[in-house]
Amino acid sequence: MIRRRQVLAGGLAAPFVAKAQARARVVVVGGGFGGATAARFLRRYDPALDVTLLEPNTVFTVCPFSNLVIAGGRDFAAQRFGYDAVRAEGVAVVHAAATTIDTAARTVMAANGTRYPYDRLVLSPGIDIVWSGLAGYDEAAASKMPHAWKAGEQTLLLRRQLEAMPDGGTVVMSVPPNPYRCPPGPYERASLIAWYLTKHKPKSKILVLDAKDAFSKQKLFQAAWKQLYPGLLEWVSLSDGGKVTRVDPASLTFETEFGSHKADVGIVVPPQRAGAIAAGAGVADRSGWCPIDPMTFESRLVPGIHVIGDAAIAGAMPKSAFAANAQAKVCAAAVVSLLNGKKPDEPRLINTCYSLVAPEYGISVAGVYRPANGVLADIEGAGGTSPPDAPAEQRIQEAMFGEQWFATITAEVFG
Amino acid sequence: MNRPTALGLALLLVAAAPPPPGASSCSGCHGGALPLAGREAMQTTETLLAFRSGERPSTVMGRIAKGFDPSELGLIAAWWAAEK
Ligand SMILES: Cc1cc2nc3c(=O)[nH]c(=O)nc-3n(C[C@H](O)[C@H](O)[C@H](O)COP(=O)(O)OP(=O)(O)OC[C@H]3O[C@@H](n4cnc5c(N)ncnc54)[C@H](O)[C@@H]3O)c2cc1C
Repeated sequence: MIRRRQVLAGGLAAPFVAKAQARARVVVVGGGFGGATAARFLRRYDPALDVTLLEPNTVFTVCPFSNLVIAGGRDFAAQRFGYDAVRAEGVAVVHAAATTIDTAARTVMAANGTRYPYDRLVLSPGIDIVWSGLAGYDEAAASKMPHAWKAGEQTLLLRRQLEAMPDGGTVVMSVPPNPYRCPPGPYERASLIAWYLTKHKPKSKILVLDAKDAFSKQKLFQAAWKQLYPGLLEWVSLSDGGKVTRVDPASLTFETEFGSHKADVGIVVPPQRAGAIAAGAGVADRSGWCPIDPMTFESRLVPGIHVIGDAAIAGAMPKSAFAANAQAKVCAAAVVSLLNGKKPDEPRLINTCYSLVAPEYGISVAGVYRPANGVLADIEGAGGTSPPDAPAEQRIQEAMFGEQWFATITAEVFG
Repeated sequence: MNRPTALGLALLLVAAAPPPPGASSCSGCHGGALPLAGREAMQTTETLLAFRSGERPSTVMGRIAKGFDPSELGLIAAWWAAEK
């Protein structure tokens, strides 16, 4: 780091000038929680770096708390963030998608027709939906049965559908097998929709059809459902016939091995994989996700490319905004070390995910992780969920901490 | 002109140092209403140790502090003390 700055400052002799012009270049693909954080911290950890962020959207719509927007408890505008602060940090923000990555030449081709060379590339493209993964569910179907698993127009569509549903209607939501973005997200959504129905359409029901027998913070969710939404929210596990095998968007029907369920509002949390550019770059494996070295987040498949956030196979770390942000900072530090010929330090990472069961009822799960046997592993004795027997004040407090977390993390990433 | 004091210089050096293991995750929650930057290192270390032992009740910090040994918590606290 210091070496390059000295070269820049005192770059008088001809060979040094040539070096000085070759500032190390890092390209970051994806301006969400992982990518925007990585771009900013790369500049902070090494102000001499040339950092370009490729992101097609000029405004990013965040998923955390979008379930509360869907339930009518929060303004959509609170989900939207621009890139001025990222630019102010000295990052070249380009609003164009990366289209192809030439890993031999180390260049990224963008939809604006420009080619961006890199010394190291960071990918944080989030998820893409596997449209062939659930029979009957394609892009057209998503306008009838929203997923709202990428926040934006889909979030608003689902909100409108719930508002238009008559009292006495049935909301049905299907949940895929692991892994997918935000493990507790479907259950938070079911809870907050139940909260909305209890208040505004108390004769209605919500049915959750799950391809799993167990889920994140399950005990806490189920205890809260019993207390807050008795008879209104029903969860059907895999063993009880919850696995959805086909959907029909025309009739809003969900088929399972045990029968079919007709919905008034149908929500599909679809099967997912790493954003398509990951497969294009050759960093995704047959699972659709990207194996990485837990020390540096460098791809196990293609050298010089680092993968963070939802797209990465991060061992015990869940696919969360908190995790993407934490990984981005560790990855940025490792990239700076590697570019300066230094050995990266062994990292330690933290995750904390808050879920709302109701606007004033929060629960959390936390974990601390370190590389072990080539993957990010849980540190034994640390982490875990909120206690099952906590008093009501603690649930209120955790709902408040969740909100504070949102304010702090969005300020660090976009503010 | 103000000449930097030895302490100031030491802090500058620490601030320029890369974060010790775990420290960069803290700002996921800390900042704004729950600042850590510039907080006195001894005070932060003692708080973290009390969370770790359970002596000080918490919602989530006890679960997190248990993922570090006391010397690691001390390094994290010192790094944050030097941050602006
Ligand atoms: C309903 C819901 C609730 C959630 N709640 C929480 C929560 O409370 N707490 C929490 O921690 N997490 C939560 N999450 C999870 C969180 O949103 C994700 O884990 C997080 O966004 C992952 O960050 P990322 O950088 O991997 O992807 P993203 O934040 O999705 O960013 C990816 C970006 O990459 C861009 N991109 C994709 N392909 C390209 C390309 N080819 N070129 C250029 N750009 C590209 C996209 O446009 C996008 O902006 C929730 C998710 C959902 C769905």
